[in-house]
Amino acid sequence: MAQTTQIAVLGAGPGGYAAAFYAADLGMQVTLIDEEKNPGGVCLYRGCIPSKALLHVAKVVDEAAHASKWGVTYGAPAIDVDKLRAYKQGVVDKLTAGVGSVARLRKVNYVQGRATLTGPKALKVTAASGDTDIQFEHLILATGSHPTKIPSLALDSPRMMDSTSGLELPDVPKSLLVVGGGYIGLELGTVYATLGSKVSVVEMTSGLLPGADRDLVQPLEKRLKTLFAAIMLNTKVVKVAEEKDGIRVTFEGEVAEKEQLFDRVLVAIGRRPNSKVPGLETTRVKVDAKGFIETDPQRRTAEPSIFAIGDVAGEPMLAHKASHEARVAVEAIAGHKAVFEPQAIPAVVFTDPEIAWCGLTEAQAKEQGVDVEVAKFPWGALSRAITVDRPEGLTKLVLEKSTGRVLGVGVSGSGAGELIAEGVLAIEMGASAEDLKMVIHPHPTLSESVMEAAEVFFGQSTHVYKPKKK
Amino acid sequence: MTEFKVPELGENVASGDVAKVLVSVGDTVKKEQPVIELETDKATIEVPSSVAGVVKEVKVKKGDKVQVGAVIFTVDDGAAGNGAGKAAAAPAKPAEVKAEAKPEAPAEVKPEPKPEPRPDPKAEAKPESKPDTKVLPMPQRQAADAAPPAPSPAPAANVLPAAASPAVRRLAREIGVDINAVPGTGPAGRISQEDVKEHARRILSSVGSAGSPAAGGAAARASRPMPDFAKWGEVAREPWSNIRRVTAEHLSYSWNTVPHVTQFDKADVTALEELRKKYKDQVVKAGGNLTVTAMLVKVLATALQKFPQFNASIDPDRGEVIYKKYVNVGVAVDTDRGLLVPVIKQANQKNITQIAVELQQLAEKARDRKLTVDEMSGGSMSLSNLGGIGGTYFTPIVNWPEVAILGVSRGGTEPVWKSTPAGPSGSAEGSFVPRQLLPLSLSYDHRVIDGADAIRFLRWVVEAIEQPFLLSLIG
Repeated sequence: MAQTTQIAVLGAGPGGYAAAFYAADLGMQVTLIDEEKNPGGVCLYRGCIPSKALLHVAKVVDEAAHASKWGVTYGAPAIDVDKLRAYKQGVVDKLTAGVGSVARLRKVNYVQGRATLTGPKALKVTAASGDTDIQFEHLILATGSHPTKIPSLALDSPRMMDSTSGLELPDVPKSLLVVGGGYIGLELGTVYATLGSKVSVVEMTSGLLPGADRDLVQPLEKRLKTLFAAIMLNTKVVKVAEEKDGIRVTFEGEVAEKEQLFDRVLVAIGRRPNSKVPGLETTRVKVDAKGFIETDPQRRTAEPSIFAIGDVAGEPMLAHKASHEARVAVEAIAGHKAVFEPQAIPAVVFTDPEIAWCGLTEAQAKEQGVDVEVAKFPWGALSRAITVDRPEGLTKLVLEKSTGRVLGVGVSGSGAGELIAEGVLAIEMGASAEDLKMVIHPHPTLSESVMEAAEVFFGQSTHVYKPKKK
Repeated sequence: MTEFKVPELGENVASGDVAKVLVSVGDTVKKEQPVIELETDKATIEVPSSVAGVVKEVKVKKGDKVQVGAVIFTVDDGAAGNGAGKAAAAPAKPAEVKAEAKPEAPAEVKPEPKPEPRPDPKAEAKPESKPDTKVLPMPQRQAADAAPPAPSPAPAANVLPAAASPAVRRLAREIGVDINAVPGTGPAGRISQEDVKEHARRILSSVGSAGSPAAGGAAARASRPMPDFAKWGEVAREPWSNIRRVTAEHLSYSWNTVPHVTQFDKADVTALEELRKKYKDQVVKAGGNLTVTAMLVKVLATALQKFPQFNASIDPDRGEVIYKKYVNVGVAVDTDRGLLVPVIKQANQKNITQIAVELQQLAEKARDRKLTVDEMSGGSMSLSNLGGIGGTYFTPIVNWPEVAILGVSRGGTEPVWKSTPAGPSGSAEGSFVPRQLLPLSLSYDHRVIDGADAIRFLRWVVEAIEQPFLLSLIG
């Protein structure tokens, strides 16, 4: 069977399906190819979405446990893992089916199968039902990424998990070692710990969430120290071995007990781009040393008919970055002068408390020699945070010293992921601290912390008394 | 009281016409509020106020031509709209304020506009403290105060991205403007869509003015529709020769650029004619023709040394007059292909015979199409003698960048009143005598030459013709 299409999109994650839908909306004929039954990709099937469903449950469990402090005592939670797994799966099914029906409404030709490029303008899709040859004018590669594997952690055992199998929630292990103190490890660690596992985290570097400003990480680190059995920093896993009762892990670094036994080990040490697309060598597409497909600011590869977006096209590997690149690439194909040039890409860690930041971090400002002033508003003075008994948060603004222009925003605290959107808007619009200060924020909400942090920059915040230094 | 003056409007823009006055007496103006619309030859500019307060007096009206630095209005900053009492002081230095304080006719154009420095935001921060009303300073950042209200330079490259929203960045991209080069006028240097458009306009107008204005003028004329001449009778269409086209462009430019004045006089050439006839053969032997033109070249060469402003050019961009230390005289030559103007170089260092010989050679070259560009450039002043054909007077067009041209028409014998010396009775008596008179027309650039200077020059030329001995005496 042979087909022709104006645009073929390979990979139906939040980059690929956004590209396909937008192209269809612009009146192009689109073919979207993925191995899954419905569009969704890692994000919907094995990433953002299932993890957030589980984290929501974890948060409810945690809140219930805290309620005794407020005079409401619940019994110990009885956890039905099958039912929990089904709830999570229901969320995934609902969303992917939804995206699938939207694809049909848009008349996007969805082809399920595995694609092999046969040239700069052709590919072949292999499926159980047979092969399909597809001729395209343009191709958007949105093949995503996969969990990083390293030899020292390569052990073929059901007790060894990566983020994908971890989200499958096979059981609630008595003890779990999370390898990697990044956002994936901490999110999944939080889920398992709340469900009852004794969770230990091992991180190679000196702190959790490398890349985030330390003052934002601190409230989370404080809480995780009570939630987790152990946080081992500056420590490496050198060996894993299967035993009858679990996995024996050998550590190297700042840890007293060099050998420990865990029921399960979850490896979350990062993700690698899926750039080994079969048949890519039949095109001029170039792949860099880190495995990302090289693109220009329009996301066009070295092969003019082929674009690449999302995780496979470079850091940061985030769904919302992929969706934005999708629009850029489609507009470029449609002949517009679109380029990918965001001034802020928000990053959110959905732990409890959440951490979110965008734009320039304080550490980056220092590194790049940008003359900034940081204005912080601690949530201890934020009424809404006190009412929900979560005063440990922080909202900070990284501001250009001479003008007060907002260059970076960081939030640590419950709901930080929602609050950061205002920061992104402020940076993209070129807003100044004065603008944020003069925008009325609703009371009592956590968003007031953004306004009050801006007031701190001017040496006057309603709820923080901090006289201006001479 | 504070004056708001026309700020620097941009490169090479020294003045503009007031297209609209957006404030009137009694209005409260804020900083950055547009107060007048100025039409310059490059663009219409909305001029934002750099001062705040209640308008006391508006010194311009629609249609006025104003220079950079001219006072637009004054405000009473005692009633400053700015709560901090931070009404800006005039950008001018105190001494200049004094000089400007005299009431000026609104439309008056200051003879020598001095571009003033852009208001320095730091310099304006002197509140006029009033003892009875105490205004508390608002919590303001020292740093934020320093944010200039005037367009701040684009942020240093590679450090910070341009402070422009995604939609503004898209606009810049689509019209081909580098967003990092756009000066932002908003708070914290934020770039608006207007800033992008203004920047694009500035780029376009600077490119436009670099092109040939003469070509622009020709284009403007060419743009008027042509009637269909064929409906009135037969016509023939021939290509416009290159030489005619260049002449047309050159003369159009000169005509549009140079404010022309032409003055007339007559020279008595009776004596000169006698000399000419007497020495004619001698010059022929040397290989030239002793013509009136050759003799006039010598006269002009001598006059140019005596009147240096006739041997000059104007550089309006630099505001300078260029005086030439060399004396080259161009002579218009009629050819079958059109008008050509070969130049006798260093005419002041040549005698009339040499000039006559050279003129002969150049005229032949002109008719044989052998003149080089070099032989046709570098003139100090030009001479156009149409006397061989006829006519009484004409108004020649200055051969820009020269500033003067002498036109010569046909001479003839005329009765001239000649008085005899006063007799014993004391009454002057005399009679008409026939004399040969040559009509002269001097066109000049009134920007550098005034009427009195021109007539002095022309009188000198006339006298030199009438008394050729003067040439040897001075030249």
